[in-house]
Amino acid sequence: MSDHATTLPDSTDASVPAAATSRRRRQRLETLRAIVLGAGFPLLLILIWDRAVAITGTRLIPTPYQVAVMMYDFTFGGIYDDAFSGTILTHVWKSMQRVYGGFFLAAVIGIPLGMMLGRIKVLRQLLDPTISVLRPIPVTAWLPLSMIFFGLGPNAAIFLVFLGAFYPILLNTMFGVRSIDPKLFEAASMLGCSGTGLFRQIVLPASLPSIFNGLRIAHGFAWILIVVGEMTGVPTGLGSVVMDGRTLSRTDLVITGMIVIGACGFVTDRLIVAISNRLLSWSPQHRE
Amino acid sequence: MNNGHQDLLTVHGVTKRFAVGDDDVEALAPVDVVIPKGEFVCMIGASGCGKSTLLRIIAGFEEPTTGHVLIDGKPATGPGSDRGMVFQDYALFPWMTVRQNISFGPRQRHLAREEIDKTTDEFVKMVGLERFADRYPNQLSGGMKQRVAIARVLANNANILLMDEPFGALDALTREQLQNELLQIWKRTGVTTIFVTHSVEEAVLLADRVLVMSAGPGRIDSDFRIDLPRPRDVSSPEFNALRRDIARRLTSHLVLAKT
Repeated sequence: MSDHATTLPDSTDASVPAAATSRRRRQRLETLRAIVLGAGFPLLLILIWDRAVAITGTRLIPTPYQVAVMMYDFTFGGIYDDAFSGTILTHVWKSMQRVYGGFFLAAVIGIPLGMMLGRIKVLRQLLDPTISVLRPIPVTAWLPLSMIFFGLGPNAAIFLVFLGAFYPILLNTMFGVRSIDPKLFEAASMLGCSGTGLFRQIVLPASLPSIFNGLRIAHGFAWILIVVGEMTGVPTGLGSVVMDGRTLSRTDLVITGMIVIGACGFVTDRLIVAISNRLLSWSPQHRE
Repeated sequence: MNNGHQDLLTVHGVTKRFAVGDDDVEALAPVDVVIPKGEFVCMIGASGCGKSTLLRIIAGFEEPTTGHVLIDGKPATGPGSDRGMVFQDYALFPWMTVRQNISFGPRQRHLAREEIDKTTDEFVKMVGLERFADRYPNQLSGGMKQRVAIARVLANNANILLMDEPFGALDALTREQLQNELLQIWKRTGVTTIFVTHSVEEAVLLADRVLVMSAGPGRIDSDFRIDLPRPRDVSSPEFNALRRDIARRLTSHLVLAKT
């Protein structure tokens, strides 16, 4: 990373073939190593899990194999042929709608509000104390009220996800705006940029690294909260699958639901990282 | 203002007081300066003499406590594109490429695209960064960044170039190179330049006129005219005589300030 940042184009473009080949081989080895290490640890955990179940002889925890069978049935059906067989896409789709509904709502409100709070002192004085009081309240504590506000259904889940995602986005945006070098504002104003142009051309891009940090954290919370959100009595969704599994004492179903939630979160987190790497290519310290 | 078309910049009775905790600190005593169009002025002084404050007041980033700044006889309030500041730490927009940084000013004026491109090309070329035009600031050396900063304000039609110790963070070789380039740009564009430095040699090398400032409260102590022909020979006796005189004015305050 650092040699790209400092060398002149001549030295990077002038590729000696042998050196390029060896560099490519080194990169391939590095990628391979990352995959082996990254996948090796979960495999180890599964092995420990399997051995632990066998040694203790517990009947409360299924073996990895039983979970794999459940996962297969949940995805393709044909084994148990019950209410959950082959329903994975329905549940994933419903949960995604709620997770992204709440998440985007939080982003759409949190980013502009955070930018304004970061820039406008009066607004900060008006809202900051309220936000500081509301923020430590656990989202789960809002559950009863949200059920009264939104009834039993997906809207309550979206609201809870929104609440959980809102504060990290808001606070990170505000922090990003507050830590912009004041000289950039001076430079912009002497170059004739002011008013709303300042928000679009300076405040937003300058705080983007921090905004993306907030989005990543918020996105994690959003998937965490979907289980809580879908406790409010919705019939479909990964959270409701986990809850149903609990009620039916089907731990294999619970663990299957957990794994699917984790996988969905992982995939979208990679997506956010990819977008942020693209938008923040100017800032090597924010690349992964 | 009897020769108003010649005097581009007039600083009239400008003072500045800061509140530091409970104390009220007088940063600038009444300062009066008149700078004609096209002049290269260096302001020099020990740290804390208010030279940067004066520069920032001229730029419009800070309000004077009393007094006013006139550009072409008209009072200047707030920052304006007629005055371009070059900061010591560059203050480039890190998310913009070299081209985008340089075209920022023209883009704010909503000029036609072709005109923006033409101006940008011209100034990218002037500072010799054609090959780096699509790089981001963090992929540039300090000297290149400062070239972008200079091009950025010139592309915006600034006719007063304000420079706050612009080469202070650069190594000696790069500094020398940039000093030469700045002089060439100044000659070509005729831009009025106010250059803050704490190097006597730099001031004598660059300026038509050196203003020596002294601290407590900041004021202009003496005003040296440098009539040596350019390019200047730093080893010539005339150069060194001037350097000695200015250094003596500078250090006399340092001694006074200590007692």
